[in-house]
Amino acid sequence: MGKLVLIVDDSTFMRQLVRSTLQQAGYEVIEGKNGREGLEQLDTNRVNLIISDVNMPVMDGMTFVKQVRETVTNGFTPILMLTTESSEEKKQEGRAAGATGWIEKPFDPNQLLQTIAKVVR
Amino acid sequence: MFFEETSEHLASLEHNLLHLEQTPHDKELLDDIFRSVHSIKGGSAVFSFDELTEFTHVFEGVLGQLRDGELQPTWAIVDLLLRATDEVKALVSAAQQEGAPPPSRLDLLRELEHMRSNPAPLSASATPVAAGQRDVMRERVIYLVTFIPSERVLRLGLNPLLALEDLGHLGTVSDIHVDTSRLPALAEMEPEQAYLGWTVQVETDKTPAEIRDVFAFFEGDCELRIEPVGDHTSLTTPCEEPVTSFVPDPYPVDIVAPSVEANSIEPGVPPLAVGLESSSIRVPVERANHLIDLVGEMVISQSMIVQILNTFSPEDLPRLQDAVAEMARNTRELQERVMAVRMLPIGTIFQRFPRLVRDLSRTFGKRITLHLSGEETELDKSVIERLSDPLTHLIRNAMDHGIEMPEVRRRAGKPEQGTIRIHAYHQGGNVIVEVSDDGSGLDTQGVRQRALERNLIRASEELSIEQIHALIFRPGFSTAKEVNAMSGRGVGLDVVKRNVEAANGTVSVQSEGNQGTRFRLKLPLTLAILDGLLLRVGAQTYILPLTTIIESFRPHPEQLKTIFGQGEVVGVRGEFLPLLRLHRLLNLTATAPDPTKALVVIVEHEGRLVSLLVDEVVGQQQVVIKSLEANFRRMEGIAGATILGDGQVGLILDVAGIMTLARAKNGTPKDTSADRAAP
Repeated sequence: MGKLVLIVDDSTFMRQLVRSTLQQAGYEVIEGKNGREGLEQLDTNRVNLIISDVNMPVMDGMTFVKQVRETVTNGFTPILMLTTESSEEKKQEGRAAGATGWIEKPFDPNQLLQTIAKVVR
Repeated sequence: MFFEETSEHLASLEHNLLHLEQTPHDKELLDDIFRSVHSIKGGSAVFSFDELTEFTHVFEGVLGQLRDGELQPTWAIVDLLLRATDEVKALVSAAQQEGAPPPSRLDLLRELEHMRSNPAPLSASATPVAAGQRDVMRERVIYLVTFIPSERVLRLGLNPLLALEDLGHLGTVSDIHVDTSRLPALAEMEPEQAYLGWTVQVETDKTPAEIRDVFAFFEGDCELRIEPVGDHTSLTTPCEEPVTSFVPDPYPVDIVAPSVEANSIEPGVPPLAVGLESSSIRVPVERANHLIDLVGEMVISQSMIVQILNTFSPEDLPRLQDAVAEMARNTRELQERVMAVRMLPIGTIFQRFPRLVRDLSRTFGKRITLHLSGEETELDKSVIERLSDPLTHLIRNAMDHGIEMPEVRRRAGKPEQGTIRIHAYHQGGNVIVEVSDDGSGLDTQGVRQRALERNLIRASEELSIEQIHALIFRPGFSTAKEVNAMSGRGVGLDVVKRNVEAANGTVSVQSEGNQGTRFRLKLPLTLAILDGLLLRVGAQTYILPLTTIIESFRPHPEQLKTIFGQGEVVGVRGEFLPLLRLHRLLNLTATAPDPTKALVVIVEHEGRLVSLLVDEVVGQQQVVIKSLEANFRRMEGIAGATILGDGQVGLILDVAGIMTLARAKNGTPKDTSADRAAP
């Protein structure tokens, strides 16, 4: 059975890109359009990995990550954040919120899979 | 940190390359050279200075072939390597200033590539620059990777085991050591915390940067050390790669662990610890720790004093005296230690000279060897920094005007190869640096002639040889465009003199006919503190640098004479020295008209002796020099000021200035030195 990955991003294109890449590599994917929807998905699913955007309406990525870390079921789940800039500040902020790592946009499918392999196997 | 280390590596690289020319088959030397470049490459990769990494990679490749005997260190190759070293310097400074890398590197890169691909039969066809780089030269190195994740990593969704697995995929793991020292007792253990650390010995062809990348997501949440254990040639190389730790450093100062000394260029020579232009000093941990200990002791003795004073009664006096003495001892030691922090071996500036001499030899068409000695002599950083220009100047000068052309030397019966020696050593409280050559020496008559033409002296003046030679330091003695017209020398030697004097030093020259010339720089160990003799003249306290004092005594009436045309003199063991009344020179109201009721202090400056008449010698003390010019204005005969124990300002006498002052007041240009005037 493939690992379950939650992708949270307000961009439909980005969600599709990640989904198709991951599905080809054998992962199962569920989605949320913002932090709120992401949390709702986690209420009913135990996932192996979460990939989340930073800037999203309703609930942004930082708040989302903080809330995930407080849940019992997914408190230890690896969370990769999608960032456009590789700024140290953003990484620090993400790390403080509880993010595991980051993927810099744009990325090619291989980079995505390699980065994921660093945190989940 | 990276830049400092790199500049050290560069310096030793250059040094070693120059040596390589003389001892082409020195295997250890080649290993050192290889290691320097390798370390720069490693460091540059860590900080992703890609151009630098690329360049040093190819550079290293050529060195590897040299080491393996596939290339011979011919003159042309050493030359190329030296140019490559320059290029690395340029790349480093480009990286430092975040500027664009110099375009010249591409040409050199091609030359290096060419050198590398040519003699090797396996890659006989010209390899394109980009291609051969990655594959050919990667050799397997054993690294000791220490990885200690912070306790919270599990809560961040990080799994240390995955990182270790990835590390294993990079090469062959030969040993793993688990560090359980952080593991608490079972009752205190939090299952959600990470307590373990690992040390993995892995043999890989990957760079430290690539290894580091495995732990990328642990950055900020782990301690990571990547140290090469040694490659095929070097057996043990402690800590050569930049050691980076993500855990806050216990010493926020730039501190070098003593292990770095293993990098030292030559046995016995301390590591060249500083890039001169840098504003930071690297201090061995030991020295820093000692300082902290001392400060601790001072705090204790200070609180002792406070305690005694709080409940003071007369019988406590001895205890108070003890406590104060203790504090004084600590203060003195602290002062010495703090000064030691700023002390650097003078070799830090010597190291650039071999290259200078080599390059200039070609320019001038002369054959010159350079001998350095006393590199380990320590001097204050501020003095060292001021020494670089004058020394460079003196070397150039010796090469240009001192050493003759080979054929001239042959005709004079000298070896064609000229020699320049730089020798540094301690003498009393001073450091002496001598720059000597075995060239043609100073043309005394030529110098005198030149000085006459330039109106520096009058035709009627009678001057000793030393005095004539000293003329070359006078401003206006020569200008660069005219200097080659005469056989003497003196390209801006006044600048040298000014520079040395700015460092509270003196410069003198000695020259023996055809045997060469020796410049002697005398420098204080530090600019900040002076051992002084406190003197009272009138109501004022003055300080004489202890190093200038020969002796002091109360003269008997029969020792005092007045010689016509020379003024007052005092006889000491058959010699008569000019007697200078300080209160007169310094325009003080006279207090001690009778020398027999006062004291005479004999001081020395550049071989000349004079005696100074003072009212009283108060004592000996170390004083902190404050600039008078910066705080007040320049005064003839005064070198600076200091704050005395009672809060008063004491003026520090400048012996050279006083001699000048005396000459001006007496209106006599006559020699005031210890000329043996008959009694």
